[in-house]
Formats: sequence, structure tokens, C-alpha cells
Amino acid sequence: MHEWALAESVIRKAAEYAAREKLSSVSEVGVSLGELQAIDRKIFSFALQELVKSSFKGLSCCKFRILKDPAAFKCKACSKEFTLKVLKRTDEEAENIHFIPEMAHAFLKCPKCKSPDFEIMAGRGVSIKHIRGGR
Amino acid sequence: MISLDPRPAVIGTRLSKIKRIIAVTGWKGGIGKSVTASTLALLLAKRGLKTGLLDLDLAGASDHIVLGTNGLFPKEMMGLEPPMVYGVKFMSVAFFSSNKAVPLRGANVSDAIIEMLAITQWGELDFLVIDMPPGINDAALDVIRLIPQTEVLAVTTSSVLAHSVLERSLDLYNDLKVPVLGVIENMSGREGGRPKNCAGRLRYDAGLEAALGDPDKILMTKFAQDLRKIAVAILKMR
Ligand SMILES: Nc1ncnc2c1ncn2[C@@H]1O[C@H](COP(=O)(O)OP(=O)(O)O)[C@@H](O)[C@H]1O
Ligand SMILES: [Mg+2]
Ligand SMILES: [Zn+2]
Repeated sequence: MHEWALAESVIRKAAEYAAREKLSSVSEVGVSLGELQAIDRKIFSFALQELVKSSFKGLSCCKFRILKDPAAFKCKACSKEFTLKVLKRTDEEAENIHFIPEMAHAFLKCPKCKSPDFEIMAGRGVSIKHIRGGR
Repeated sequence: MISLDPRPAVIGTRLSKIKRIIAVTGWKGGIGKSVTASTLALLLAKRGLKTGLLDLDLAGASDHIVLGTNGLFPKEMMGLEPPMVYGVKFMSVAFFSSNKAVPLRGANVSDAIIEMLAITQWGELDFLVIDMPPGINDAALDVIRLIPQTEVLAVTTSSVLAHSVLERSLDLYNDLKVPVLGVIENMSGREGGRPKNCAGRLRYDAGLEAALGDPDKILMTKFAQDLRKIAVAILKMR
């Protein structure tokens, strides 16, 4: 459900971008959802569709394209690259990561050397990948 | 292809119904920032003011221990609604870390702070008190950048080292045009030599440690009495 808060940020950012780029209407916004944060795609798209109704007019016909962003990690200690599949976590840990993805560093470790000092190379959270519209 | 972070765009909305935001800062560790921030929030709430407390010291989160928040967790609604502790709406990374260390590099600290600011629904508040990590680092620079209405309440001890670091911090806040409400000298021991911009002093209170975790007891300490006087003066309350 906190998906709504992030959906609202996408709408605000798109409106801000449209204003800055002097777009009178936005036809499509591409949003990627990081695998690590595990945002509920259905709730998130529903929230976008609802929130856009009360937003800036130029966004009213906007379509949202939701893209998947697989997580990729690289260990700073031993340089090992790894994916989320190989990492174990409890439901509670996954929930905490869902709220704040950086909690990954509290609960997940490099599968090779066990260091929590890894970099999240991709698939962290919500990101806007494209905004299409006309002047 | 672009890559835009949408989260900062909603932070202003999340904070829009908050009248004043006070960041309790200090450029050394262990000087009483957390007890000052937590006790200030309790004092304000006790006066009937709508108050929030945000612990942004991700590595050294302490306010949950000062307030005694065992068993509480934010409510997931259209974001996260902070639980109420003694009339204070409280948010901390400690809710999510299961009492584990959170080893974060600078960019991760920023990301975590932006996430918290973007998803926390404070609603209407008279005051939001922010407990800052020591020093000027990603957390401090992000607060200044993302929450331009922030006012600083600086904490120092009476040590000459703390005073020296404090003076550098005040110069920087001045350059960054961040208003400083005043400086509190905590565990005041040395006679004379008040810090610059001194708003008041807090005694060393041997009873404080035993009161931690129990807001009723904290409010009865000499520490809280001293802080109440300072708060009344700097916030111009009666
Ligand atoms: N005026 C005081 N009298 C007694 N103990 C104090 C006082 N101020 C702080 N302390 C104690 O010092 C310790 C460090 O305080 P804390 O608020 O965690 O510092 P910081 O947040 O600056 O690192 C705590 O155990 C706190 O109870
Ligand atoms: Mg502290
Ligand atoms: Zn490793």
C-alpha cells in the first residue's frame, strides 16, 4: 500500500519535467520497478491511474509503461557479482527492504565472502526511464 | 534513455503541513544530540503541540531507545504513518533494521533518507524535530538541500575541542544560509567561555541515564527542566 506514496512521486516528477521541458501534454511515462524493492506492480499501476486524474491536465491522457528492473549486486570487498536469486532473506527482512531498500545492507551478504559492503548496481527501486509528450 | 529519481519531487508535499522543522545538530558524537532531540519533542508534545521526531542518524539511531518504542511499527497506508509515542509521531530507520547494524556508504545514506522523506506521511504538525548524525555529511547536506525550511539547533559540550568544531559549523551554516536558532551547551562543566550564539546550558544530570526508555521519567529529570527553559526562550513560547 505504500506504493501510493511512490506513485505520487512519479506523477509529481512527470509534471515537473513536463513544465520544465514546456510539454503541453505527456503521452507516456516509463517507470522501472527494481526487483530489490519488490513494489506490487498492480497496486502501483492502479495508484498511478487514480492519482493522475487529480494531477496537472497535460498528464490526463498519459499511459504508464511499467518496466522490470532485475537486481544486480557487486561486492566491494571481493568484486563478486551476484543476483537477488542467490540471497536468502526472511519475510520480515524482505518487508523491511521493501520499505527501505538500503536495509539490504543490514540483511544480505556477498555469497562469496559474506561482506555486507556490496554495491546495488541495478534494480534498487522506482525510477523514471522515459517521458514522451508534445509541446 | 533517461533515469530520473521521482522521490525528491514529493518530499515538499510530505512536509507541506509542518509549521517548523528543527534539526538538532552537533559535529561530535556522544554530546547529547539524541537525548536533546527526543526530550525536546516530548516537551513540545506535552504542551499540546503536534510534534514529530525523525531520527536520521542511520548508523547510530538512538531515539527509539530514549523513547522506549518496543513493539511499535509504522502503519502502512498511502505511505507510512509514524506511530505515536507519548504524543510524538516518531519515525526511525530502527523500525526496519531489526536491531542490526546498517553499514551504508554515503550514496546509500542519501538514498535511504530520500526514501524515508518520500514515504512518511506526517500530516499536520506544529514541529518536526530531526535528530541528525554527527558532522556535516551526506545526511546533513541532504536535509539542507531537500528541506530548505530547516532551522538548526546546535548542541556542543563545554570542551574547547567541541567549541572549535562548533564555530566552524556555525560559519558553514551561515554560508549555506541555514538559520541557527541557537547553541545549547550540554553537560556544562567549565566555568566561563560560553560558546558562540549560546541559547542556554544543560547540566550534567546523573539521573538521566536511568530515565532513558521512559518518557514520564525523562520529563521529570533536571535535564528536561533545563531544556524546557531553553526551548521556551528560543521558540518564543510562554
Ligand atoms: N546532560 C546530560 N546529563 C547526563 N547524561 C547525558 C547528558 N547529555 C547526554 N547524556 C548521555 O550521554 C550519552 C550520549 O548522548 P546522545 O544523546 O546519544 O549523544 P549524541 O546523539 O550526540 O551522540 C547518553 O547516554 C546520554 O544519556
Ligand atoms: Mg545521536
Ligand atoms: Zn564479497
